[in-house]
Amino acid sequence: MSILINKDTKVVTQGITGKTGQFHTKMGLEYANGRNCYVAGVNPKKPGEKFEGIPIFATVKEAKQETGANVSVIYVPPPFAAAAIDEAVEADLDLVICITEGIPVRDMIRTKAKMKGRRTLLLGPNCPGTITPEELKIGIMPGHIHRKGRIGIVSRSGTLTYEAVGQVTALGLGQSSAVGIGGDPVNGLKHIDVLKLFNDDPETEAVIMIGEIGGSDEETAARWVKDNMKKPVVGFIAGLTAPPGKRMGHAGAIISGGKGTAQEKLSVMESCGIKVTRNPAEMGKLLKSVL
Amino acid sequence: MNIHEYQGKEVFRRFGVTTPRGIPAFSVDEAVKAAQSLGGKVWVVKSQIHAGGRGKGGGVKVAKSIDEVRDLAKKMLGMTLVTHQTGPEGRVVRRLLIEEGANITKEYYLAVVVDRVLQRAVMMGSSEGGVNIEEVAEKTPEKIHKVAIDPVSGLGDADAELLARKIGIPQELVPQARDLFKAVYKVFDETDASLAEVNPLITTADGRVVALDAKLNFDSNALFRHPDIVEMRDLEEEDPAEVEASKFDLNYIQLDGDIGCLVNGAGLAMATMDTIKLYGGSPANFLDVGGGATAEKVTEAFKIMLKNPKLKAILVNIFGGIMKCDVIATGVVQAARQVALKVPLVVRLEGTNVDLGKKILAESGLPIISANNMGEAAEKVVAAAKGR
Repeated sequence: MSILINKDTKVVTQGITGKTGQFHTKMGLEYANGRNCYVAGVNPKKPGEKFEGIPIFATVKEAKQETGANVSVIYVPPPFAAAAIDEAVEADLDLVICITEGIPVRDMIRTKAKMKGRRTLLLGPNCPGTITPEELKIGIMPGHIHRKGRIGIVSRSGTLTYEAVGQVTALGLGQSSAVGIGGDPVNGLKHIDVLKLFNDDPETEAVIMIGEIGGSDEETAARWVKDNMKKPVVGFIAGLTAPPGKRMGHAGAIISGGKGTAQEKLSVMESCGIKVTRNPAEMGKLLKSVL
Repeated sequence: MNIHEYQGKEVFRRFGVTTPRGIPAFSVDEAVKAAQSLGGKVWVVKSQIHAGGRGKGGGVKVAKSIDEVRDLAKKMLGMTLVTHQTGPEGRVVRRLLIEEGANITKEYYLAVVVDRVLQRAVMMGSSEGGVNIEEVAEKTPEKIHKVAIDPVSGLGDADAELLARKIGIPQELVPQARDLFKAVYKVFDETDASLAEVNPLITTADGRVVALDAKLNFDSNALFRHPDIVEMRDLEEEDPAEVEASKFDLNYIQLDGDIGCLVNGAGLAMATMDTIKLYGGSPANFLDVGGGATAEKVTEAFKIMLKNPKLKAILVNIFGGIMKCDVIATGVVQAARQVALKVPLVVRLEGTNVDLGKKILAESGLPIISANNMGEAAEKVVAAAKGR
């Protein structure tokens, strides 16, 4: 078991003909069961063509009908990415993973409003994607650092996820799934949503939760953990040294009006029974201590 | 991206938001001419910098004669204005806004922001205007009223009127306030703003509702569809190192410390700064070179970091995923040679092609201190910065 994706997932790539889409689709194909999982691509101008043997369709709906695709991954440029999410939602896919960074917030607000009452889940945007080691990789993370195991990882940051994955693997443990939820203020799955999935996944034994400054999603998730989580959770929050009022790379990583500080998040997490470290080099070690 | 108050008011007027009449001035002469052409007997001379709290800092003054306008303009232009938002170093005033005086009955607060919990725009209003709204939110949160806005239908009449009543706008002025609220939301929505703030919003003795201030910040991801807004950017208000970095698509933020950091990924970059602090050092900057960094980009990043006179050491922390460690190592070696690096350099590489990367560093003959993990890297760079 795993969460969100596994070896039976059927993936359609939106933006498969662009440079980024091609590169990462190829990497995904070459990882574990990728050959069987990547079944379709979408480009309205190139239906009937193929990429690496994968058929290209004009729309997500057609791709779903023809191939049974149930998850999409989006590498479409920012001005068109929100519309690409809308298309996947309208096609009633199970999950849309949007890698694209730099989508205007206004577009995402509209997309989120349209998603109300629909069945499709959204991961991202501005995220590395998700991987179930030794089964399927959807996104831009390096596959080779992962190893199948029982640790769930959820994070707002890409490379910091790799850091945690690398530490877990180095300790001889592995991951059930690693999920990057992305660094945008208006987005899909939040920490709490992914924690719920890990809580229900029989093959996940413990979770590393990685957050960063900005917003209050980590606090919300921590309060849920206190009342509901059956498994140990350890955490790290990036940005203890970040100055207020400055956007730290990610669109959502900003301390505004004194809110969203790393200290505040760490305090709430600790008060909710989540063990935290202030040293990102020790995320793996801390996790091992609670097993 | 931020703009000045006078530019914000120009945008406001374009969308039908009532503001006082005003004219920007870049010199004392222009200030005097502006006052003369506005006419009347009372003017307000307002310093234009990208920071709030200007009034308290002495950057906003009332003039009751043209001579007074001249004196105030002389004093303000070129002065360093320090407010609670500028930091102790303050900002040099280079532009003024000369405005007609307003006969204020009462001050209110109005803003539109993105609410991250609701995942939509929210209009906030308060009877407490003209003061630091963060304090109001802290001490008397019940005095702040909010309305969430549906992105499809926009701000409706009923919601706007209700908000106006809740913050205590007199009944006879509610229709005016409603129209102003709706126009402010329209500004926020149609310009892709991330903040539209009116502090204060005022009612006047002659029965008008007026935006006495205008603060607009814009979503930098949406600037591609607003060339008119990009034109309003004032580079003098921004940190020169950050402006330089943005030209090379590098995410750079200047900090107070003496250890430069070059990292891939925003989260890892923040975590690297945190680790340096944890080991007793102080980061000189935040720098995310992004996922697609080339040797050229790394070189530019080094040049920008080295312009900082405080710099005592550099830490390169790369978790190579898609970005290969050998490419980064080549870039680091090239950069170190090109800029004739004089400060100690600690490099931690992990991920794709890490062995090849380490080999390139070792064979370069450069005095690079290598580290095997983040903790070790931070420890070594802190020691190096302290001359140990």
